Amino acid sequence: MTPRKKRILVVCMMIAGISVAALLILTAFEKNLMYFYSPTEIINGEAPQSRSFRIGGLVVSDTVIRNPDDLKVSFVLTDTVHEIKVIYDGILPDLFREGQGIVANGKLKSENVFVADEVLAKHDENYMPPEVADALEKAGVNMPYKNNKSTR
Amino acid sequence: MIAELGNFSLILALAMACIQSFFPIVGASQGNQTWMSLARPVARLQFLFVLIAFVLLVYLFLVNDFSIAYVANNSNTLLPWFYRFSAVWGAHEGSLLLWVLILNIWTIAVTFFSRRLPEYFLSRVIGVMGAISIGFLMFMLFTSNPFTRLFPVPLDGADLNPLLQDPGLIIHPPVLYMGYVGFSVAFSFAIAALLAGNLDTTWARWSRPWTLLAWIFLTLGIALGSWWAYYELGWGGWWFWDPVENASFMPWLIGTALIHSLAATDKRGIFKNWTILLAICAFALSLLGTFLVRSGVITSVHAFATDPTRGIFILALLGFFVGGSLVLYAINAPSTERGGKFKLLSRETFLLLNSILFLVAMLTVLLGTIYPLIIEALDLGKLSVGPPYFNAVFVPIMSPLIIFVGLAVITKWKQDNFQKILKQLRILLVSSLLVGTCIGLIFFTNNQFKSIAGIVAALWISSTTIYSLFIKIKNKKNKLAALMIIPRSFYGMLIAHIGFAVCIVGITITSQHSIDVHKRMKINDTVEFADYKFYLKDLKTLSGPNYKATEAVVNVIKNEKLITTLRSQKRMYTVRNMPMTEAGIDAGFTRDIYMALGEPLDDDSWSIRLYHKPFVRWIWLGAILMALGGVLAITDRRYRLEKITKKAPSISNEAISTIK
Repeated sequence: MTPRKKRILVVCMMIAGISVAALLILTAFEKNLMYFYSPTEIINGEAPQSRSFRIGGLVVSDTVIRNPDDLKVSFVLTDTVHEIKVIYDGILPDLFREGQGIVANGKLKSENVFVADEVLAKHDENYMPPEVADALEKAGVNMPYKNNKSTR
Repeated sequence: MIAELGNFSLILALAMACIQSFFPIVGASQGNQTWMSLARPVARLQFLFVLIAFVLLVYLFLVNDFSIAYVANNSNTLLPWFYRFSAVWGAHEGSLLLWVLILNIWTIAVTFFSRRLPEYFLSRVIGVMGAISIGFLMFMLFTSNPFTRLFPVPLDGADLNPLLQDPGLIIHPPVLYMGYVGFSVAFSFAIAALLAGNLDTTWARWSRPWTLLAWIFLTLGIALGSWWAYYELGWGGWWFWDPVENASFMPWLIGTALIHSLAATDKRGIFKNWTILLAICAFALSLLGTFLVRSGVITSVHAFATDPTRGIFILALLGFFVGGSLVLYAINAPSTERGGKFKLLSRETFLLLNSILFLVAMLTVLLGTIYPLIIEALDLGKLSVGPPYFNAVFVPIMSPLIIFVGLAVITKWKQDNFQKILKQLRILLVSSLLVGTCIGLIFFTNNQFKSIAGIVAALWISSTTIYSLFIKIKNKKNKLAALMIIPRSFYGMLIAHIGFAVCIVGITITSQHSIDVHKRMKINDTVEFADYKFYLKDLKTLSGPNYKATEAVVNVIKNEKLITTLRSQKRMYTVRNMPMTEAGIDAGFTRDIYMALGEPLDDDSWSIRLYHKPFVRWIWLGAILMALGGVLAITDRRYRLEKITKKAPSISNEAISTIK
C-alpha cells in the first residue's frame, strides 16, 4: 500500500469514527440534557411537561411530611416568590434540612407538583448550589453566598 | 515566623524555577555548556525549597497554628493527628502546594534517572518543567497562598470537611496527583524534542518509562477515588460521571492512547506527530482538570470555596502551555513521516485505531463535562448532562476497541495475513461466544444480553492475550526457557490487558445486576432481600474524637446461618454540624453486601439502604492488574540497557542542535 493510499485510509477511518461518534453523542446528548428551572419559571409554565429537568430552591420550614409506613416524603421548595411541592420516595441526603438549598431531578406531575427521582444536597453546610443561588437572586433575594464563597 | 519562612521558601523556589527554565533552554539552543549544566543543581534546589515549604505547612497543621487562615479553615484541635496531616492537601491552597511538590519530585527524578540522556535534551526537559513550576508557584503566591495569616486568630479551627476525614483521603490525592502531574514529564520530553527540532524516535524511547509510570499512578489514583466514593458517600456507586471524576478520566484515556502510540513510535518509528500531539494533549487535560476542579466553575465535593480570579489564572496558564506548545508543534513538527511502512492489516493499524477510539472517547467525555459550562458562560440557561449520556455514548465507542485489543495482540508488526489470523482466532472467537453465552444464561435471569456481551468481551480479550503468549513459545523446544526469555514488558502487556478484561466483567455485572432496597427499620425488624435476611439487632450511640454517631448493627443471615455482621454509622461532626454516613460493607470476591444508615424517622425507626453488588471488587482488581502490568513493563531490561547503549547518536544530535 502506498503512503498516499495509507493516508487516505487513515483519514477515512477517522472521518468514519468521528461521524459515528458524533451521531451517538448528539442523540444521547439531546436525550440527557437536563435544564434547570426555578419554582417561578415552573409556575410561569416555562418548564417542560413531559421530560425530566432539575428544580432547585430552599426547603420551606415545616413542610416536610413523611409517610409513616414507608419512605415516601413530600416537601415544599421555594425561591421566595413561588412554591412547588416535591414528592420523593427514598432516602434524603445527609444534608437535607429545612431552610437548606437543594436541587432535585425529576418530572412535573401537575402544574405545581414535582416528582423527584433524585434529591441532591451538597456536602458543606455553608454551601448553596449555584443554580439555587442564582434562582434566589433572580427572585430578588440578597445573596450572602454569592460565588459560593464560604462565609467563614 | 514559621509561616513567613514557608512563604520565603516558596519565593526562593520561584526564583529557582525561573533560573531553571531560562538558562538551560537558552543554553541548549546556543550550545552553552555552562548554562545547560545549571539545569540539574537548580532543579534540585527548587525541590529543596518546595519541600521545606511543604514540611513547614505540615508542621503548622500538626501544632494547630490557627493564625494561618488555611490551617484555621481546615483543621481543628479535636482532629486526630493523621487527619491533620492529610488536611494539608484537604483544600485548595494545600493541594496546590502538593501539586508543585509532586512536579518537583518528578523533576528531581528526571535529574537522577536520566543521566545518560544527552545534555542538550535533558536541560530542555528540565527547563520546560521549570516553566510549568513557575506558572503554578506564581498561581499559589498570587492567588492562593497557604501561608496567609488570619486576624484575629480564632480559638479553634473550622475542622476538615468530614467527607475527607477518611484514610482514603490520605492516599488518594497524592497518588492521583502523581499521575496527573506525571504527564508533565511526557509533555516536557515532547517539547524538548520539538525544541531540538529533530524528532527521531529516541525521545519516544526515553519518555516511555516516564509516561508509563505516570499512567500507573493515574490508574491507581482513579481506582482509589472510585473505591473511596463507593464506601464513603454511602450511595453504593463507584462512578458518577461527576465533572471531577471526568477531569481525571480524560487524561487517563489520552494517557492510555499515548503509551500505546509511544510503543509504536519507539519500535517502528511511526506516528511521531501523533504521539507528540497526544503527549501535549495528555498534559493539557491534566491542566484542564486542575482548572475544572479548582476554579469553582463546577460544583462537587472537590470544589472548595472558590474565587473567580483563580479560574482565570489557571485558564491563562492552560492557554499559555497549550497554545505555546501547539505553535511550537506547527513550526517544528516534521512535515513528513519517514517512519516504517505498514500494511492495512498490521499491529500498527490497530494501535492507530486504538488511539483514535480513545481520543473520540475523551472528546465525548469532554463535551459532556464542559458543555454545561459553555452554555452557562454564554448565558443560554442552566443545564446538566446526566450520567445516562456518558453510558450511552461510552459503551458503543469502547466496543470496537475491545474487538481490536484481541486482534492487535495477535497481529504482527508491518503486515499480516488475514486468512492466518482468521484461522488462529476462529476457535477463540467461537469459544468466547459460546462460553460467555452459557455463563450468562446459567447465572443471570435478567439483563442477559448485556451481561453476555460483557462476559464475551472479557473472554475474548483474555483468551487472545493468553494465546499471544502461546504463539511465542509454541515452536520452541524448551518452553520454560522460552517463557523466561520473553521480555517483561510483554508480560506487562499481558497482565494489563487481562486487568482490562477483569474490569469489564466487574463493570458489566455490577451495573446490570446490583440490587438495592430502601427500607424503614426499627430494632428487631427483619428485611429479606437478595436471598439474605437482614436483622437490625441494635442501634447504639457512640462518640468519636470530633463527632457523635449512631451505629446500626445488622446481622446478615442466609439459609439460617449468620454470614456477617454489618455496622453502619451516621456521624454528626460537631464543629461543622455536618452529618456523614459510614457504610457497613462485607466485601467479597464475587459480591459485596452494603448497608448504609439513611436518616432517623419520627418513631425510633431509621431509613436504611441495602445493596447487593455482585463483582464490584473486580473493577478495582482490574485497575490494580493494569497498574501491575505497567510496573512490569517499566522494569523491562531494555530501558536499563538503553541508557548505556544510546550514547552514540546523542553526539550527532547535539551537533545538529548546535548548528541550528
